[in-house]
Amino acid sequence: MNQLNRWPVWVIFGLGLIVLPFLIKDFRVFQLSLMLIYAIALLGLNILTGYGGQISLGHGAFYAIGGYCAAILMDRFGVPYLATIPVAAGVCFAAGILMGFPALRLGGHYLALATFALALAMPQLLKFKHFEAFTGGVQGIILMKPTPPVEFSLFGQPLSEDRWLYFMVLAVTVIMFVIARNLLEGRIGRAIVAVRDQPIAAGALGVNLAVTKTITFGVSAAFTGVAGALGAITVAFVAPDSFNVFLSISFLVGVVVGGLASIPGAIFGAAFIQFVPNIADQISKSAPWAVYGVFLIALMYLAPNGIMGIINRRKKGI
Amino acid sequence: MEAFLLQVLSGVTNGGIYAAVGLALVMIYQSTHHINFAQGEMATFATYIAWALIQLGLPYWIAFAATLVIAFAGGVAIQRVILRPVEKAPVLTNVIVFIGLLVIFNAVSGMLFDHTIKVFPSPFPKEGLLISKYFSGHQLGSTMVTLAVLLCIFSFLRFTPIGLAMRAAALNPDSARLVGIKVSWMLAIGWGFAAAVGAVAGMMVAPIVFLDPNMMSGILLYGFAAALLGGIDNPWGAVIGGLIVGVLENLLGAYVIGTELKLTVALVLIVAILTIKPDGLFGKTVVTRV
Repeated sequence: MNQLNRWPVWVIFGLGLIVLPFLIKDFRVFQLSLMLIYAIALLGLNILTGYGGQISLGHGAFYAIGGYCAAILMDRFGVPYLATIPVAAGVCFAAGILMGFPALRLGGHYLALATFALALAMPQLLKFKHFEAFTGGVQGIILMKPTPPVEFSLFGQPLSEDRWLYFMVLAVTVIMFVIARNLLEGRIGRAIVAVRDQPIAAGALGVNLAVTKTITFGVSAAFTGVAGALGAITVAFVAPDSFNVFLSISFLVGVVVGGLASIPGAIFGAAFIQFVPNIADQISKSAPWAVYGVFLIALMYLAPNGIMGIINRRKKGI
Repeated sequence: MEAFLLQVLSGVTNGGIYAAVGLALVMIYQSTHHINFAQGEMATFATYIAWALIQLGLPYWIAFAATLVIAFAGGVAIQRVILRPVEKAPVLTNVIVFIGLLVIFNAVSGMLFDHTIKVFPSPFPKEGLLISKYFSGHQLGSTMVTLAVLLCIFSFLRFTPIGLAMRAAALNPDSARLVGIKVSWMLAIGWGFAAAVGAVAGMMVAPIVFLDPNMMSGILLYGFAAALLGGIDNPWGAVIGGLIVGVLENLLGAYVIGTELKLTVALVLIVAILTIKPDGLFGKTVVTRV
């Protein structure tokens, strides 16, 4: 019954998402697209850390790999931008599996440490002079924003490049969230959670621990890689120093703020990491990070399950 | 041959600094089984305090001592206020709190002392008895200072009653509590020492790499590698691991891969040690009961 009653809400919500970009300025549309992109990345990290219980402090590295994949394919090989997204997903899946193998032997702190090292080393790897022919070295790669395939106006606002990108990102976001939901609420999702909570019992029930953990890592990296590719297309620029360790940390902040092991939490987390720094930036250059740090620690004490935890508690209370 | 010797000796100097960072990590790991991801940023912040004190006109060594005291107090305070409530919480909670600390220290360093790169003075003479083409004054001095600090820590842990209590608290917290040791305070003192050792590493490395809020991130990575190589629960191991990693880094940098991939070397080292020999060279093998 609930399902039936809710559909008008969803229709209005969907229409709102379509109309919204025509009501605001191009730059705001760009920020909204970035928020959606971060939501996909956070979803990826949440699959691994929230559902899988494996801590990664290095997901910025997979975001970077996805971004560079898209940028190199578009810039050096002239691949159309939409085609780069599945390639980025595939490459990051492979990279995730590769990182997943050592992760099998590393629990808790050690995995956090290894991925932290990955995040710290990533900008240096991207600057490496022997890859410069592809990566453009320190300068990075400058791309062209894709032109919209159709021309029309709504409320007197044309379908600009940024608005077109918004719709493209929105479509991919919806697809990724549906994939994540189907994956996590089915048999595979239950296996992932079982491996997190009771590895021995899960093994006894026939869940292959090693395969599940490695695949979780791969899938998680693939989601973040898709986000990275979308990010490169939307920003139209990649450079090594934008993928430093603080990118990985802001992903962690987003997951914790939105709520661990929660799919809709990714949206709240993404809104937080996209818009809070903009507000805090007006105080001072370092303020956003101080705010992040305080939020991280305060949330661990007050609301370990983030915004979704608070919402769920409210629902149960009623 | 001479160039080779030069590389080895300068590796030993860096190794001393990695050893100090590694030791700070081990001191916290030993007693709490947590890896302090904020160690590097804490050390940087302490170095900024030293810099500010020197700017105020204090002589170097007084500023040095004052910084150690402040770092020690700060370490104890962090443990008492921020980490004690989550002592028994899951690993993820702890990692997130450490990352929170890292970010806060980094931001506060930037806010108070701004992001411009600062020159940090070296207290050691440019010329002297042992100073030759192999060793600059600062290299020699900083190696001596790190070794002296390590020696102090070891004698403290080995020969004083508080040191004994700290080792007991780390080894077997329950029994230690039964014989009247305040285990939680011992952890706090351990944190204080770790912060002070980190501060020494920061002050010794700052004249070489210059002072900015991200100064320690690479060094922290090598500190991790040092601690892991020596066995993360073994203080001596961390020191030896630090020296090995320092020399290895320099030789690899000079002869094999160049200096641009130094952090990648640390990454490969860390992943390799963790997958091939997670107990390190001198650590004890951890057995989990199922």
